Amino acid sequence: MNSEALLKEMREAVIQGNSDAARNLAEKGLAAGVDVNKILDEGFVKGIEHVGRLWEDGEYFLPELVRGAEAMKAALAVIEPAILAGGQDRKRLGRAVIGTIEGDIHDIGKTLVAAMMTAYGFEVTDLGADVPVTTFVEKTKETGAELVCMSALLTTTMVGQKKVVDLLRERGIPAKVIVGGAPVSQDWADEIGADGYGESAVAAVEVARSLVA
Amino acid sequence: MKARRPKLEMLSPDLVEKIISEAMEILGGIGVFVENGEAFSLLADAGCKVDQAERRVRIGEDLVRLSLGKAPKSIQVFDAAGDPAMDLAGDNVHFDPGSAAVNVYDYDAKTIRKPTSVDVVSFVKLTARLKNYAAQSTGVVPSDIPEGFADRYRLYLGLLHCPKPVVTGTFEVDAFQPMKDMLVAVRGSEDALREKPLAIFDACPSPPLKWSHLTCQSVLDCARAGIPSEFVSMPLSGATAPVTLSGSIVQHTAETLSGVVIAQLAEPGSPVIYGGSPSIFDMKKGTTPMGAIETMMIDASYTQIGKTLGLPTHAYMALSDSKMPDAQGGLESGMGALMAALCGVNVVSGPGMLAFENCQSLEKLVIDNEICGMALRLVRGVEPREFPMATEQLHDFFKENHLLSHPSTLRWFREEFYFPGKSIDRSTDQEWLKRGSLSALERANDEVQRLLEKDVEPHLEEAVVKTLRKIITDEGERKGVEKLPC
Repeated sequence: MNSEALLKEMREAVIQGNSDAARNLAEKGLAAGVDVNKILDEGFVKGIEHVGRLWEDGEYFLPELVRGAEAMKAALAVIEPAILAGGQDRKRLGRAVIGTIEGDIHDIGKTLVAAMMTAYGFEVTDLGADVPVTTFVEKTKETGAELVCMSALLTTTMVGQKKVVDLLRERGIPAKVIVGGAPVSQDWADEIGADGYGESAVAAVEVARSLVA
Repeated sequence: MKARRPKLEMLSPDLVEKIISEAMEILGGIGVFVENGEAFSLLADAGCKVDQAERRVRIGEDLVRLSLGKAPKSIQVFDAAGDPAMDLAGDNVHFDPGSAAVNVYDYDAKTIRKPTSVDVVSFVKLTARLKNYAAQSTGVVPSDIPEGFADRYRLYLGLLHCPKPVVTGTFEVDAFQPMKDMLVAVRGSEDALREKPLAIFDACPSPPLKWSHLTCQSVLDCARAGIPSEFVSMPLSGATAPVTLSGSIVQHTAETLSGVVIAQLAEPGSPVIYGGSPSIFDMKKGTTPMGAIETMMIDASYTQIGKTLGLPTHAYMALSDSKMPDAQGGLESGMGALMAALCGVNVVSGPGMLAFENCQSLEKLVIDNEICGMALRLVRGVEPREFPMATEQLHDFFKENHLLSHPSTLRWFREEFYFPGKSIDRSTDQEWLKRGSLSALERANDEVQRLLEKDVEPHLEEAVVKTLRKIITDEGERKGVEKLPC
């Protein structure tokens, strides 16, 4: 199979949300000596972008979106070690820590954003739900993340987002902050000094991409 | 294991029997008034006691039972291509827009006005593109042509711009022939039209107990052409029918049964639909509220009687008396659609309609399409898809901490959930603000624009279009219409 046909299959695997195929094709591509950045940029990334368009057009729903993101993740799991082993530097969009704020156990929105960001090429550390303010800050420092993404589903826990922003600034950590969740708004983001707000998982990824651009 | 179909039955079996039995007594005692000479003779020849001077016909129970035995238990209706579109059997539910509005709600002008032929075209095109409508209707009466020409001209526009089967009717006796000719032109031949009906003709007796010449003639003509007649009996509780709901239902039963007899005498085995458009009478405004809960209760009751008698059913439900598509429009239409679906009404006419069946709205047609989608989903019930039903998913949950991409989610979500169009807003409050804080009406208008701008392939062959054009042009000339508006 020539590399064009292989790249097409890679795109298809992500569009179809087929993780096994994505993993196999990544291995096949590497074995065939196709350039890793080409595998990513012209293969899998094009696939996930197509998934995004199908989503925007109303054709795809969340399950298909997440399936596509998971196929992307499966491919990345093969490609990343190869990049490291080859001593190459992968073009990374950025590093992010993500979690739902302390006192809030709502997980799904945040998980969705994490999956999408991973798919688009962010290195995401998912801290889970009910994450203490200090953990957000420490993990950001530890991973050198450029982005801190925080979700809150309850009005009572929204204030925790402000505490994280304050503590990051206090310690002089330069990471940018994105907030989201049902009660959260652009106004709230502005009020607490966050850098971005996404009203949906797809919007959040767009905001993340623009902040690291 | 199959899903249980959720079902609403208004009446006890005992009351059903009492209603039918009193209706039979009324038919044999008071009788019905038949203006049409041919129908009158048919009834007299069949042994009914008749009074020439009063045009009164007393129909015995034996003849009613005999006629019921001849009427088909189910009717299949087909689209312009000849594909099955409606299976009027059992509890199958089909929605079509409410018909014969003499006004339209003008979204831009925020008012009610007389419709033009252009409005008719928009209306039928929109019906074609809204998937929860199984049929179209000649739902808007254009005012830019002479009144006596409107019945056939709106059918022409409907056949031309929408491939769905059509619920229609005549305004004048001489309309039947050209209307039938147009249906035959689309179907190919008279036999093919009989084999695969493309239209349903409404026939409305006048309350109480009267069959006008026009209505009767339509029933006779349809019976002979194999076109389904839909009886639209409309008792007005407290005005032209007893004020009690049960009394109105008895009257409806008598009127409708007499229609069945007339059709079966004209042509044994001819397809008839047990329909209606009853209403309570508003005791303050003197209007006929279709959105009244009692009106819907009468609908639910008579359709149950129709089912007991073994006939396909119809009702005017899923419509509202509001003057614009607002909260009242949504709530009355929503209640009606749900009740109709739960009752298993085979043909539900009403969507898009406002103001006592007088006013159509494109925006409401879009919103009601969603109401119908949800009602159709409801009656599919809770389906046991796989066994065990949840265990495997819960075992797997912790792999990803969600089930969004679980194989069972991907397998079933499109069938389990109904996905509404853009007139139904389920975005977050922030997204709603960002998109301009649009109301359902504004979103529906966006959808109207989008759907009408869509290009679609013409569904009729050029030769058929030409034939239709010739029929309507000739008919126009006969009626003194020199130039057709569209």
